Amino acid sequence: MQISKKLLMTAAAVSLLASPALAERGADGQLNILYWQAPSIANPYLSGGTKDIESASLVLEPLAYYDENGAMVPNLVAEIPTVENGGVSADLTSITWKLMPGTVWSDGSPLTSADVVFSGDYCMHPDGGCNASTNFTDVTSIEAIDDLTVKITFGVAKPFPYGPFVGTTVPIIQKAQFENCMGAKAPECTAQNFGPVGTGPYKVTEFKANDVVLYEMNDKFREADKPHFSNILFKGGGDAASAARSVLETGEFDYAWNLQVEPEILTQMIAAGKGTVVTSFGTSVERLMVQSTNPDAALGDERGTVAHPHPFLTDKAVRRALSIAIDRQILVDAGYGAAGQVTCNVLPAPAVYASTANDWCKTQDVAGANKLLDDAGWAKGSDGVRAKDGVRLSILYQTSTNSVRQGTQALVKQMWGEIGVETELKNISASVFFGGDQSSPDTFQKFFSDVEMYTNNFDGTDPEKYMASWTCKEIPAPANQWLGNNMPRFCDPAYDALSSELGTTASLEKRAEIAMKMNDMLMEYGAIIPLIHRGDVSAHAVTLGGVLMNSWDSELWNVKDWHRKNPS
Amino acid sequence: MFRYTIRRLLFAIPTLLVISFIIFALLDLAPGDPTGNLPLTIDAKTREAIRISLGLGEPFHIRYIAWLNQFFINEPLNILEEWWGSPIGDSAGRMRIRSWSTRSPVVDLIVERTPQTLWVVGMSYVVGILIAIPIGVISAYRQYSWIDQAGTLFSMIGFSVPTFFTGLVLIVIFSVNLNWLPMIYDTTHTVTGWDSFIVQVKQIAMPVMVLALFNAAQISRFMRSSMLDNLNQDYVRTARAKGMKEHIVVMVHVLRNSLIPVVTVIALGVPQIFGGAIITEQIFRVNGLGALLIGGIEAADIPLVQTLTFIFAVLIVGFNLIADLLYGILDPRIRYD
Repeated sequence: MQISKKLLMTAAAVSLLASPALAERGADGQLNILYWQAPSIANPYLSGGTKDIESASLVLEPLAYYDENGAMVPNLVAEIPTVENGGVSADLTSITWKLMPGTVWSDGSPLTSADVVFSGDYCMHPDGGCNASTNFTDVTSIEAIDDLTVKITFGVAKPFPYGPFVGTTVPIIQKAQFENCMGAKAPECTAQNFGPVGTGPYKVTEFKANDVVLYEMNDKFREADKPHFSNILFKGGGDAASAARSVLETGEFDYAWNLQVEPEILTQMIAAGKGTVVTSFGTSVERLMVQSTNPDAALGDERGTVAHPHPFLTDKAVRRALSIAIDRQILVDAGYGAAGQVTCNVLPAPAVYASTANDWCKTQDVAGANKLLDDAGWAKGSDGVRAKDGVRLSILYQTSTNSVRQGTQALVKQMWGEIGVETELKNISASVFFGGDQSSPDTFQKFFSDVEMYTNNFDGTDPEKYMASWTCKEIPAPANQWLGNNMPRFCDPAYDALSSELGTTASLEKRAEIAMKMNDMLMEYGAIIPLIHRGDVSAHAVTLGGVLMNSWDSELWNVKDWHRKNPS
Repeated sequence: MFRYTIRRLLFAIPTLLVISFIIFALLDLAPGDPTGNLPLTIDAKTREAIRISLGLGEPFHIRYIAWLNQFFINEPLNILEEWWGSPIGDSAGRMRIRSWSTRSPVVDLIVERTPQTLWVVGMSYVVGILIAIPIGVISAYRQYSWIDQAGTLFSMIGFSVPTFFTGLVLIVIFSVNLNWLPMIYDTTHTVTGWDSFIVQVKQIAMPVMVLALFNAAQISRFMRSSMLDNLNQDYVRTARAKGMKEHIVVMVHVLRNSLIPVVTVIALGVPQIFGGAIITEQIFRVNGLGALLIGGIEAADIPLVQTLTFIFAVLIVGFNLIADLLYGILDPRIRYD
């Protein structure tokens, strides 16, 4: 009697707490999502981009997510393993995850540690072409201790052991379904790749590659009253501006992703009052990489290698002058609007890692830049371009083809003109620039120009691997087939030492301190000139509630909580 | 006629082989990388592994022969199998042409996309013809009248205003301001009854009108000049002199003869329907064959682009032949043997 009374009271309390919108599962009907790049595959391990990973995140789930603040939240597990709770071994070489009991796949079979082990084997298979394999770097074994416990062992000490199975790029796939799709067979399993069985709130009912995906709620989802929408129509194609229009002006869709649209156009559309724009800032920084080797074509095979230093960009004064001559706020206002903010760091987030030592770059200082160059002996010639010992400050500035980038290029060219630096602009199709074609001279790794601009970021919240990009051994060169992330060819033993120190430090404060020091070294030397901290911009209808914009994980990470609400 | 057809068909084989080689080589030599669209957080080693898993490690001639084998032997066998309902030979081990971005067979993607392209682009062609023929006939019959001038203006607009502009104007008027028609085509919609048919008509209206304007502009000019050629012929004067009614002279004698070259033009335009209307499909998100092609190009999905382009080449060669044969059937003065 006592118990039932308690139960009744709890039930009453719960029903009072829950808002009317949070009724039973599927009560809110259909949700229409528009991604202007259409999903090509529903298996994130074989995907070709963010669109595939995010559309798959409705179905497949990782052990833990990153929430909108970049903090890890347990998903298929009860808690995040740490050294404190014993989940991570004291020597940092293994991590043990405990699955929540009772979780089932959408086909009704239970989720077990065998599925987790299988997901790891699937991605680590050498012939599979899995694009998340870097998440499994240094993993030596993944083993099932019992039905619900998985132990991942690393070959080296891993101060941040959350690479495997944290975040939607590395979800758990079902062993029973993908068992015969390992390695070279992976691409041939079309049925599996288009309709994976998952533990998430939705399941795929129809997959038309590069066009549309239909989802239906997973009635075996572990949270009884979720998701709120019974169906999802996930349409793809077109361009960002019309995607924004379909949410903000016509209201045909509830959610539109990645709206890189000129700020004034977006403002106009918002005025229609049918939707709102949401932004969040992750780690993406639009930056200028400054070449420190000589890209002169006359050098033949040795162009762009460390054997030949750059004729003038090795002068720190020139680098500093180039940076402070730029009015970053104008670049933000012209090309990014709400989707960008001025930054002076290549590591701008999470907040604990953001340095304030480089804030000198935030305000444009043309006079200061001119003075720096004058003092360094770069005198203006009759054509207004500075020169010293016959070397003219003439820069070839390359980037990928994209209207916002070309706008930025034109503005920067003008700003550099004011300090007597001549700039020639070049843009290259994105699939060539970012593609690793060995025979093309126009890849961003070869970097056969003086300055190049693009955006990069890192997955998750730990910058260790990202900051290691600028160590000496990462310099692209013919010897390593131009594979390497150190585009500016920056090489400093002190930086390398910090990088290896970061690899053995577990304490978060200490890690933040080291990472900030590394960031400051790069900024101080001017290897990289950061321009804009770029945010993600999406739009949702005013009637859609529960959206928590997330730059650390899939934007749809909490779709189970999305619901229909009355516009207010 | 029969021997002529056979001869033409035999000639088509070397032509298509040369075309296939050129397409394959051009796309293979063109810069671009299928991993170029992956997030930059994925490192170079992983990218290389992905490229090798896609088969890019093989030399050019091996890949070309493999593709020919897949296109001319494996895929037709596969289609036969689906008709037959039972496996022919080693059906599980047969390599199919796979798209790099979706990892699924290219032919399946094409089959999936064809209906919406035929609906939208095909319908626009039919509507275009239905608009063009009356305009052409009246313009020619009343040459230099106001109606001829209006027809000329109409076709000038259709020719010179690009579809991405007319499409956007229609969207702003009918979707944003009036809110009558949807701006996004729902490819999952199926017609089951009267209500869903109305929905289909609504969503198809704008793309069809945009393309019909363009098609009608072209065909109406052909129709007009062909009518003018015939109206001055002796047989027309003879018919009038015999006392035939004017509408029989124009609608039966002149129109039928004028249609001969127009039918050829229409037949030659049919492959364009399959090619889809790349821009229009993109604007309204019809996601038909045109959108498939452009998406493949953007993602450097070379097998998809090679296969699609080659299918278009086959269609163009095929419809050229059909146009020639039609000409022979319609015009008794022309004989090929």
